[in-house]
Amino acid sequence: MSTSTAVTPDATPVSATLESTEIRSWKATIALGVFVVVALLLFVVLGRDGATTFRLSSESDVVQLADWVLPARSTGITVTVLLALLTAVVAVLTVAGSRLSARLRRVALAVSIVAFTFLFLLAFLAWAAAGESIPVTGLLLGTVSLSAPLIFGALGGVISERVGVVNVAIEGQLLAGAFCAALVASITGNPFAGLIAAMVAGVLVSFVLAAFSIKYLVDQVIVGVVLNVLVLGLTSFLYSTVLSQDTQNLNTAPRFPRFPIPVLSDIPIVGPVLFRQTLIVYLMYIAVIAVYIGLFHTKWGLRLRAVGEHPQAADTVGIRVNPTRFWNVSLAGAVAGLGGAYFTLDSVSSFGKDMTAGAGFIALAAVIFGRWNPIRATFAALLFGFATNLQNVLGAIGSPVPSEFMLMLPYVVTVLAVAGLVGYARGPAASGKPYIKS
Amino acid sequence: MSAQTATPPATNDPSSTQQPRANAILKEIVNGNVLITVLAVFLALLIGGVLIAFSNEDVQAAAGYFFSRPQDTFVAIWNAVSGAYVALFQGSIYNFRRDDFVTAIRPLTDTLTYAAPLIVAGLGVGLAFRVGMFNIGGRGQMLIAAAAAGWVGFSFHLPWGVHLVVAVIAGIAGGALWAGIVGLLKARTGAHEVILTIMLNYVAFYLVSYMLRAPGLLQAPDQVNPKSPPMLETAIFPPLLGPAYKLHAGFILVILATIFVWWLLNRSSLGFRFRAVGENPNAARVAGMDVKNIYVYAMLVSGGLLGLAGVMQVLGTVPTGFSSGIDAGIGFDAITVALLGRSKPWGIFAAGVLFGAFKAGGYAMQASQGVPVDVVTIVQSLIVLFIAAPPLVRAIFFLPDGSRRRRRTTPIVTKEVEAK
Amino acid sequence: MQLELRGITKRFGALTANDHIDLVVAPGEIHCLLGENGAGKSTLMNVLYGLYQADDGEILLDGIVQHFEGPGDAMRSGIGMVHQHFMLIPVFTVAENVMLGHEQTSFGGRLDLDAARKRVREISDRFGFSVDPDAIVGDLPVGVQQRVEIIKALSRDAKVLVFDEPTAVLTPQETDELMTIMRQLRDEGTSIVFITHKLREVREVADRITVIRLGKVVGEAAPTASNSELAALMVGRAVELVVQKDVARPGAPALVVENLDVIDANGLKVVNDVSFAVHEGEILAIAGVQGNGQTELTEAIMGLQPRVNGRVSLGGQALTGLSVRRVLDAGVGFVPEDRTEDGLVAEMTIAENLMLDRSHGAPFVARGSLRRDHLDDFAEDKKKEFDIRAQSVSTPAGRLSGGNQQKVVLAREMSRDLKLLIAAQPTRGIDVGSIEFVHKRMVETRDAGIPVIVVSTELDEVVALADRIAVMYRGSIVGIVPGDTPRDVLGLMMAGERPAEVAA
Repeated sequence: MSTSTAVTPDATPVSATLESTEIRSWKATIALGVFVVVALLLFVVLGRDGATTFRLSSESDVVQLADWVLPARSTGITVTVLLALLTAVVAVLTVAGSRLSARLRRVALAVSIVAFTFLFLLAFLAWAAAGESIPVTGLLLGTVSLSAPLIFGALGGVISERVGVVNVAIEGQLLAGAFCAALVASITGNPFAGLIAAMVAGVLVSFVLAAFSIKYLVDQVIVGVVLNVLVLGLTSFLYSTVLSQDTQNLNTAPRFPRFPIPVLSDIPIVGPVLFRQTLIVYLMYIAVIAVYIGLFHTKWGLRLRAVGEHPQAADTVGIRVNPTRFWNVSLAGAVAGLGGAYFTLDSVSSFGKDMTAGAGFIALAAVIFGRWNPIRATFAALLFGFATNLQNVLGAIGSPVPSEFMLMLPYVVTVLAVAGLVGYARGPAASGKPYIKS
Repeated sequence: MSAQTATPPATNDPSSTQQPRANAILKEIVNGNVLITVLAVFLALLIGGVLIAFSNEDVQAAAGYFFSRPQDTFVAIWNAVSGAYVALFQGSIYNFRRDDFVTAIRPLTDTLTYAAPLIVAGLGVGLAFRVGMFNIGGRGQMLIAAAAAGWVGFSFHLPWGVHLVVAVIAGIAGGALWAGIVGLLKARTGAHEVILTIMLNYVAFYLVSYMLRAPGLLQAPDQVNPKSPPMLETAIFPPLLGPAYKLHAGFILVILATIFVWWLLNRSSLGFRFRAVGENPNAARVAGMDVKNIYVYAMLVSGGLLGLAGVMQVLGTVPTGFSSGIDAGIGFDAITVALLGRSKPWGIFAAGVLFGAFKAGGYAMQASQGVPVDVVTIVQSLIVLFIAAPPLVRAIFFLPDGSRRRRRTTPIVTKEVEAK
Repeated sequence: MQLELRGITKRFGALTANDHIDLVVAPGEIHCLLGENGAGKSTLMNVLYGLYQADDGEILLDGIVQHFEGPGDAMRSGIGMVHQHFMLIPVFTVAENVMLGHEQTSFGGRLDLDAARKRVREISDRFGFSVDPDAIVGDLPVGVQQRVEIIKALSRDAKVLVFDEPTAVLTPQETDELMTIMRQLRDEGTSIVFITHKLREVREVADRITVIRLGKVVGEAAPTASNSELAALMVGRAVELVVQKDVARPGAPALVVENLDVIDANGLKVVNDVSFAVHEGEILAIAGVQGNGQTELTEAIMGLQPRVNGRVSLGGQALTGLSVRRVLDAGVGFVPEDRTEDGLVAEMTIAENLMLDRSHGAPFVARGSLRRDHLDDFAEDKKKEFDIRAQSVSTPAGRLSGGNQQKVVLAREMSRDLKLLIAAQPTRGIDVGSIEFVHKRMVETRDAGIPVIVVSTELDEVVALADRIAVMYRGSIVGIVPGDTPRDVLGLMMAGERPAEVAA
């Protein structure tokens, strides 16, 4: 536990005074074992011949990297063996973990799982694209694009849940944002106006969520679910009655242009992926960092987390719980609304019925997968974006895996993660519970 | 629940027993659920009317010269809104423009046809609510059930009667299985069912989509579209009121299912345990109930009911072959139906009929008045929002704030059992 | 700073929790607010602290009328509070908890944690607390958490400090230390309001005593007043502190616990190598300060704990490894510590709660269906027998008062064919009448030859009921002593010491 020794016996943590025993959890080992079996089946039993070319640069890049060629079958066999070894390492860590310090074990476990994921993906790409070539930058660039709305949505979810309001309405916030961004940007001809409209739309959805869950104490999940339906109905209705009557003037939004950042965009691989993006993506980088620092290093974040963990304690030190919740849920709506703007001001330039197609729910999964931490949630969203884009890329080169299974992957991974690797995910203690005074 | 520690001990209010009986009944009506429900529906229709008026071209045109001839605007609004709602009524209950009763009453039978899957799906969601769980996985459970029942329905060759029974059972089993996965994962790993059901919706969607375009599996042999062959005659629910009406024998199953769920929750020992776990899982556990198994059983029953809704779709509403959109959003509508019915079996039945009417009427309204059917979605979600917040409805209609003690509208307690 | 409350009235619906309460606390005095559970002490203090708004009356500080909209206003006016249920955020560090609500920020709005750490160390050193500002509060023992609460109040320059039932979670030794701290604060000029229902503590530390009963001030007393005088004021009639009971006639050992360990979710041994036996016809009390493994011990016997080593048997039949239902079927009656959380389903009716642990078969279930008529008859009988005060047996259990709720739990457990009764904190938070009733039924059960285990943190209850007393400290049994063991010996044992004359 704590390494501080300058405390009296009184002040030592309880855990130091009680005997401690090791509780073993086999979840991680079992989950990895499943993947080893999958690897064995795909890469060895159903192994494919041919070499896979990983293209690390495109013609337009300043620094050209050589292609990387891997023979699919032998890569698959090697990786499967390595995966089995890694699983064994995790098993050994589980059995003999008590001999290591807790921190060392955690680090070893994390490194094993990251290495496992990377190797599995590598072998999978080599297997799926045997005889073809994979544009690595294109794959990653698409990942960032597809993840951007998820990340905004997940940030909105993190803020809202950290302050104690479960946000199932991310989908509605994204959709409302997309709609208003398209409409306002089309009318004004100014994408920035669209961006602001998207934030306002997200805030409006949040207002309803906040009012019903905070003032009227309605179950937050219910409000969220119903709000999603309401926003879908409203946007579809207005799309049919308003937007589609005059597509030219009302549903043709100007898009943000790509804006390469000098110097940074010339870095091999990273440059084209991260720094040849649109303004919204740059805003996203800022948002991720701002939310992280804000949550954990500012007065705003301390109070927000206090309200989400123990509202009564926050109340007793003079923090007004319900206004804090109300305004932060609104802020969460604004952030998620930006994600909505991405759909109509970046990827395509017009609104379509139900165009978010469940992105809000994936963002919600990212929040939980990322354990309510903005950075981890961002990585979870990137993972989901990667899986979706992988399907696009493999679809283009003709992969042996039906596209439906690739599309299914993020959801299966989330189920496995929620049930296995993440285990008992502990959210903010008071999340979902209304605060009632006297 | 630290916020509750501050509440004072409940006392029996002696005044409540001494009131005249009539007074008490009146009070119950004013404060009770019935009035709130009626007002919520009215309010939602009102807002729907505003939207209809707003989007109507005649109204827009008349509003252009509002200040010279304001009455034109009001006439246009009246025409637009009344036209839409009359169409809604004619499309859902009784079409008085028809000459004979037999055809005039047809909309009502359509309503019941649409209501059938909504009611059983609502029962499934409502049952899960009562056990303290959120089953948002209706879509996935319906899809898997539809695939299972549909597969039996078009590929098996069985005698009349047997075929239908086997297909129905296959569907129910499919839905139960898909929900059972959730129950099992929740019980064994503590994963939250909201996330699991949402995720499994997508897994089911892509799985069924894949099977529908794989020729050996569910795809019709002569098709390029991802669509199954039509159901065989022996597997289709026979018409209930003769061939003139769409209403099929599945509706009898709906009534039976409602009775079954009522018995299960209120009269059976399993239902007793369901309710105990739903209200207070910790006390249930201390009283020797196996809370984890109860979660699994509840999800199995809930999924089975949603599976039955999927069966209604493939063997009743659309027996001409299904695609991956066969669930028609019923899995989500079921949540609102269950909420509107306050998770009580007969309440859900009534709510299902109401939403069935909206659905039947919505299409008629779109066809005859050009009002997008989405307005029905809006009205439905508004109804649920208003019903969930009685104080809001009271405030809007200036009703007295009746019960000081806040009435719990829906027994949804997604309490976790302490991890011990 | 002089604090004065004038005519404070607070109602919750039909219940008047505070009825025109007047109170004056002078600077530099410890003013005790004495009263039973539910007398309205905590409500009064929550009004003072701005958590509740009074329906009537006013609060004055140094003669000036105050209007507190919320705790923030109260704090700014110099009122601090050490809450009964600590108002600390378990996942935050000590420094973060102390700074919350009046954070200092440095460049760019970043939290100035260093300033907060310094403040914690300063105050901590002044009173010899030695609290690590960077420790996570949830990892600290309750005694230390309480000091964090005190630091939190003092860091806001509190001139009036309210302690709400502060000793409930402390060992006798920690209680003594707290008394010392309170005196030290008083001597520095802080006005202290000390809320408690424990007579001994009042007499030890109070400068003045105000007694509250049923929301009203019923009198003032000097610290020299005797226990029985104070008790009489508190409950309004002479209390019988002693339970009428004959000498126990213990029979054969019934429940035998051998080398029992319980490991919690964090891998800590919360019960460590516990062995004891309970005989037929005796009451064994398990005493100890809250949180020393008593809860986990009873839950382990019931099969409610997942990680248990050792053996438990009842009348020769092994209970270890059985499911809760099998343990109940073996004839164990269990009154859980937290009746609203573990004992009752508040939304279900009294009748339904009476069958809560018999939903699997006879007598209330036949062929999968409930026998409603049979259940209602049974419930009517029990309502009479246990004097459950409710409109009908179909009243939801959550509407009952604490005492009547406890009677429902007792009625349920005692109407089965028992071979053992385990009652954890059976009288916590219930009225005096119900306490007497519960105690009487415990003794009757014992006299019927059934072994009884009573877990209690109230020394008075332990001494009144027990034939033998097992004292627990940090997961182990310090010793098992006769029921007439002196209180000071028990007190020492509760702090983990084993007096020389006490055999194991």
